[in-house]
Amino acid sequence: MLRDITIGQYYPANSPIHKLDPRVKLFATLIYIIALFVFKGALGFAIITAGLGAMILISKVPFSYIVKGLKAIVVILIITCMFNLLFTRGNINLWTFGPFNISDTGIKNAVMLVFRLIYLIMGTSLMTLTTTPNQLTDGLEKSMRYLAKIKFPVHAIAMMMSIALRFIPILIDETDKIMKAQMARGAEFETGGVIKRAKAMVPLLVPLFVSAFRRADDLAMAMEARCYNGGEGRTKMNPLRYHKKDAIAYIIIFAFLAAVICARIFLPWPM
Amino acid sequence: MSIIKAKQLVHEFIRRDDEGNVDSITTALDHVDLDVQPGQFIAILGHNGSGKSTLAKHINTLLAPDEGTLWVDDMDATLEENIIPIRRSAGMVFQNPDNQIIASVVEEDVAFGPENLGIPSDEIKERVRNSLKSVGMSKYRTHSPNKLSGGQKQRVAIAGVVAMEPKCIVFDEPTAMLDPNGRKEVIATAHKLNKTKGVTIILITHYMEEVVGADHVYVMEHGKIIMDGTPREIFSDVEACKEHRLDVPQVTLLADELRQAGMPLPKGVLTRDELKQNLIELYQNPVKRREFFANMSGKSFETQIPKKRTYVQDEKRDIIVDHVSYEYSAGTAYMIRALDDVSLQIPRGQFVGIIGHTGSGKSTLVSHLNGLLKATSGHIYVDGQDIYEEGYKIRELRSKVGLVFQYPEHQLFETTNFKDVCFGPRNQGLDEKTVELRAFEALEQVGFPTELFDASPFDLSGGQKRRVAIAGVLAMHPEVLILDEPTAGLDPAGRDEILGLLAKMHEEMNITIILVSHSMEDVAEYVDRIIVMNQGKVMYDDAPREVFKRYLELEQISLAAPQVTYLMHELQDEGVPVDPTATTVAEAAEKVIAAFGA
Repeated sequence: MLRDITIGQYYPANSPIHKLDPRVKLFATLIYIIALFVFKGALGFAIITAGLGAMILISKVPFSYIVKGLKAIVVILIITCMFNLLFTRGNINLWTFGPFNISDTGIKNAVMLVFRLIYLIMGTSLMTLTTTPNQLTDGLEKSMRYLAKIKFPVHAIAMMMSIALRFIPILIDETDKIMKAQMARGAEFETGGVIKRAKAMVPLLVPLFVSAFRRADDLAMAMEARCYNGGEGRTKMNPLRYHKKDAIAYIIIFAFLAAVICARIFLPWPM
Repeated sequence: MSIIKAKQLVHEFIRRDDEGNVDSITTALDHVDLDVQPGQFIAILGHNGSGKSTLAKHINTLLAPDEGTLWVDDMDATLEENIIPIRRSAGMVFQNPDNQIIASVVEEDVAFGPENLGIPSDEIKERVRNSLKSVGMSKYRTHSPNKLSGGQKQRVAIAGVVAMEPKCIVFDEPTAMLDPNGRKEVIATAHKLNKTKGVTIILITHYMEEVVGADHVYVMEHGKIIMDGTPREIFSDVEACKEHRLDVPQVTLLADELRQAGMPLPKGVLTRDELKQNLIELYQNPVKRREFFANMSGKSFETQIPKKRTYVQDEKRDIIVDHVSYEYSAGTAYMIRALDDVSLQIPRGQFVGIIGHTGSGKSTLVSHLNGLLKATSGHIYVDGQDIYEEGYKIRELRSKVGLVFQYPEHQLFETTNFKDVCFGPRNQGLDEKTVELRAFEALEQVGFPTELFDASPFDLSGGQKRRVAIAGVLAMHPEVLILDEPTAGLDPAGRDEILGLLAKMHEEMNITIILVSHSMEDVAEYVDRIIVMNQGKVMYDDAPREVFKRYLELEQISLAAPQVTYLMHELQDEGVPVDPTATTVAEAAEKVIAAFGA
């Protein structure tokens, strides 16, 4: 079950999206998120859907792969959906019971929120699926490099991020293994009350932390052995350089945002 | 001109208690001398805790000596300013393939070293391409390391070091965590780099068969170099090797046994071919043969050959696997059929070996036996009950069928060993007195020293930790004990201890033991029956000698039969009338002598 989390996993393919500069993709994701919360009306929704759909098509990442990332947030989706559905008061109240209340606005908000969250996850996982973690951190490092002037440890943070991304799948695998091993010793993770469940996590978390520290130790040594000495004097195999396609991508991104804003201003109907 | 020169090197690990007082001092290196010439292939042997890894870390300046001098590529390793230049000329490959790969894409990881050195981008690309080619991993340039096998990951790590263009590479137990295929890949890569690029190789290992191709071998124990010489010189003294608990290759052992029985064989036979040639020559020379016959010591190997045990099948008590199939990610494009129509019956009390290479479905199969995985189709019966039947208590099954996973020490979590072993029986809902009694019993059964009962499991050696973990399952009083690769990552001494322990438990406690392994030689001596898995199917299921008769087919699925099996077949092909079904050294010795006497 834990294996299904796709966030942070790279899907190798040869597509125009894969080849874009990571800075473009980071910026595009930012714009996409803004657009998701700015849009209003069916037209805006259609533009965003079309945009996302087109990106997925161009990226050559199988749709099922992107959907798999949603499994991780199903619980959050249901909870937020329920809150919106049950606690919003609107013009037409369909059903009231104590503090609970189902209204037209509630239904509308719940539906919109679910769509927003689903689109948000799909869009961001599309970015991580098409960008290797190293490119991603390169992109972040370079976009934020001016922060280094005010002594902000940009390189160290970028390095930590890329290592974290590399080890997430490994630690997830490990969690799975330890869980099974403790289950074979009769541990139960899925029954009992909150306190019992929290207690049941101890045999899982202690070995996991021990292993994470051991790995960190090993990795630090391996990095030192390969002459790692901080960001100073480092070069890059593939230094980031903008190409013509990146400029085109920027134009498309702005056009997309403009379209969404226009749709909101001129055709906010029916929401 | 030496590339590495160590004189009287000393390194001490000082352990301090909470107040900072010196608790204990371990001398990891005790006046070690080392002299390595450029282009040599050096092997350093020794079991865990012998100081060999400490020595390796000195060569890479990850540790600094407390006493003595160390020169690497004419640079004094004790000087601060030489650290980076030394790391540049002496690269290092570590044991755990996962914990030394930094990037999430193969080529980016290989570029990490050169990037740190500040090499221009175009040259980095060139170096990455060349080094991936030299380890045979060019095809996987853009892959994620998580999707590679252990041997492939290790080759990526080697490429990462090669890309820094070092004069010398130190391999610190690079094969300890790999399966036999992976081991071969890595050792072959090391030899290739040595031959084609002239890179000096220092291979640290506890597998004797890996040092056969080395120019010079050092054997370490308790921080000292106790033997050194060419592989042949080291292997000539089988007694000394055994005394230092080194794992002598089967062929060398057999030659030694035969020589002791009076056969005129040279000392230090290293390869199968060598022994074969010697034996054939001897066989074809009637004078020498008669001479041998006259000198024969009459030593019998009968007692060392394991006895054949028989078991009665009983449907009410056996484990029955009935047409079980299992699919991972069923219904998606990533569906993998891990088990394909597997049927088995395992009688009570049998000692079974399940063999197959990584991904053959062997671990998936055993996870079914205690209900951790549920078959996509088919049935499993334990004690005559269908475990998938509604109302079947899966918790009871888990008490009945104990499963010890690979690297079981990674599941230890309690503050003391004793408490950790209590975890299983406590989950069974037993009262506190019974729980403690069982934990005590189990720790005794695995031969765990009483004075360490209250020590923290995190302070133990690898082999001891594994004992605690096995005790943790034993304390649940299983009727069937399944162990998934119980010897992975242990040195030969630790491996023999664990396997010996299992054989003893099988004998004394009369429980069914299922041993999952990828090593034929490990299991051949102990088990009654071998099940060979390949691509989710049962390929062979028979007594070891019957399975090893198919050694040619086994080779095709990259599983090797024991070395002696090969030798006996080759002898037979050359006209020596031996019975080729021998699976252990003692058996082979017996059969060879019988053939010569005939």
